[in-house]
Amino acid sequence: MAYSDKVIDHAENPRNVGTLDKDDPSVGTGLVGAPACGDVMRLQIKVSDDGVIEDAKFKTFGCGSAIASSSLATEWIKGKKVEEAEALKNVDIVNELNLPPVKIHCSVLAEDAIKSAIADYRAKQAAKR
Amino acid sequence: MAIKLPIFMDYHSTTPVDPRVIEEMLPYFNEKFGNAASRSHAFGWTAEEAVDYARERIGKLINAQSEKEIVFTSGATESNNVAIKGVAEFYKDKGNHIITSVIEHKAVLDTCKRLEKEGYVVTYLGVGKDGRVDPDDVKKALTDKTILVSIMLANNEIGTVQPIEEIGKLTRERGVLLHSDAVQGVGKVPFDVQQMNVDLASITAHKMYGPKGVGALYVRRSKPRVRLVAQMDGGGHERGMRSGTLNVPGIVGFGKAAEIMMNEGKEEGVRLLAMRERLRKKLQSSLEEVFVNGSLEHRLPGNLNVSFAFVEGEAMMMAIKDVAVSSGSACTSASLEPSYVLRALGVGDELAHSSIRFGLGRYTTDEEIDYVSDLVIDKVKHLRNMSPLYEMYKDGIDLKSVQWVAH
Repeated sequence: MAYSDKVIDHAENPRNVGTLDKDDPSVGTGLVGAPACGDVMRLQIKVSDDGVIEDAKFKTFGCGSAIASSSLATEWIKGKKVEEAEALKNVDIVNELNLPPVKIHCSVLAEDAIKSAIADYRAKQAAKR
Repeated sequence: MAIKLPIFMDYHSTTPVDPRVIEEMLPYFNEKFGNAASRSHAFGWTAEEAVDYARERIGKLINAQSEKEIVFTSGATESNNVAIKGVAEFYKDKGNHIITSVIEHKAVLDTCKRLEKEGYVVTYLGVGKDGRVDPDDVKKALTDKTILVSIMLANNEIGTVQPIEEIGKLTRERGVLLHSDAVQGVGKVPFDVQQMNVDLASITAHKMYGPKGVGALYVRRSKPRVRLVAQMDGGGHERGMRSGTLNVPGIVGFGKAAEIMMNEGKEEGVRLLAMRERLRKKLQSSLEEVFVNGSLEHRLPGNLNVSFAFVEGEAMMMAIKDVAVSSGSACTSASLEPSYVLRALGVGDELAHSSIRFGLGRYTTDEEIDYVSDLVIDKVKHLRNMSPLYEMYKDGIDLKSVQWVAH
């Protein structure tokens, strides 16, 4: 299968690989996928007091397209408001990376990872109050 | 020495044609272009002679009693189809039961599935963690209705060599025919149709440094004489078992490739085994959680199928893109299912997704082994650093205890 240049670029030079402190109340963690399915994404966001995602990190077990999808996702949501990040759709990733049909689930997983990280962040904030 | 990229380490998929084979084939494209079925002139006789010489050479490689037992086909897929369907059809009054294994090539499995639709009963034997069929399971599965047992010589993914001789004893005792898809193993591990009581065997040229598009089916002619119904109708070539003008240049090349295998296969195996072990030891000593899939002892010398836990196979192949290997990962298959062979070993889907098959062959060098092992070690470390599973493993989390959200 031929990969698009953008997939290769993100897979070879992934942006924002890393780990944020999951116990930090300003950090939301999303862990989606399953090892048996061949892809697991963990995406984390650190949100400032005014609701801006000031940092995002990921780690992904999966194919090149899965790595590229999560790398792109972190790049896009950094500096965005939580609500804006939440509006991100998997088709945006598909279009940007030129993902073929068999790889669309990678983009779905990235969208899920963002939503799951935001949900975790909100749950933590709610618990604080 | 400078390494030439890309490096081919996928010798189970195919092999380059040996220059000695090409040389022998060339005259048969133009100078000696006759149709081997032309009985009335010299062009035809020359071609027929060349084809029969190839039969002899191929027959010798597997210890056939007569060159007449070699039937040429377009490749092993056709050989497997003819063997299984042809026998099933011919012996249908005798019985309707076939025994095979779950790790056979699709050309065997899908042929059996088709026969099931036509009313045949097929038993698919499982394999142990070592990737081998237990002959006892064959024994237990044999019934009065069994007409054929089809078990491969060596597996194309994990390289495990099956106990054909033990199985052959059982089938011979019971008067049941034994077919073996011997494509991956012929010339590389011992295969003797007399000693092993094999009645039909599928082989192909392009896995042994011959050309693509030419294969053979060994069909025993005595004790017992195997009969089958042709699956290709036409001019009645190949003693009525396979109609169609013979691919004379291809067959000539096949014959030469078989002769080279006969003379050099054993020595080559020793060399490949040493390189395979060098690769395995380098990988396993430099990286943790690297698992060999299937038996190491009963294995093709040039095969190394390993799972690098916490790293997905396709991402791995992308990271080592200058090295041609293959993976049992779902992402590399059209079906998005991980390898059925690895699943059959019970290694768990996550390890199937993490598998890489290295196939070493005639032109693999020590320098390539060193280059590839260093590259793989580096890339596995890199990919593990971005794997959430590796981080969890390092934090002492049991991945099996995690509630995963499958999608």
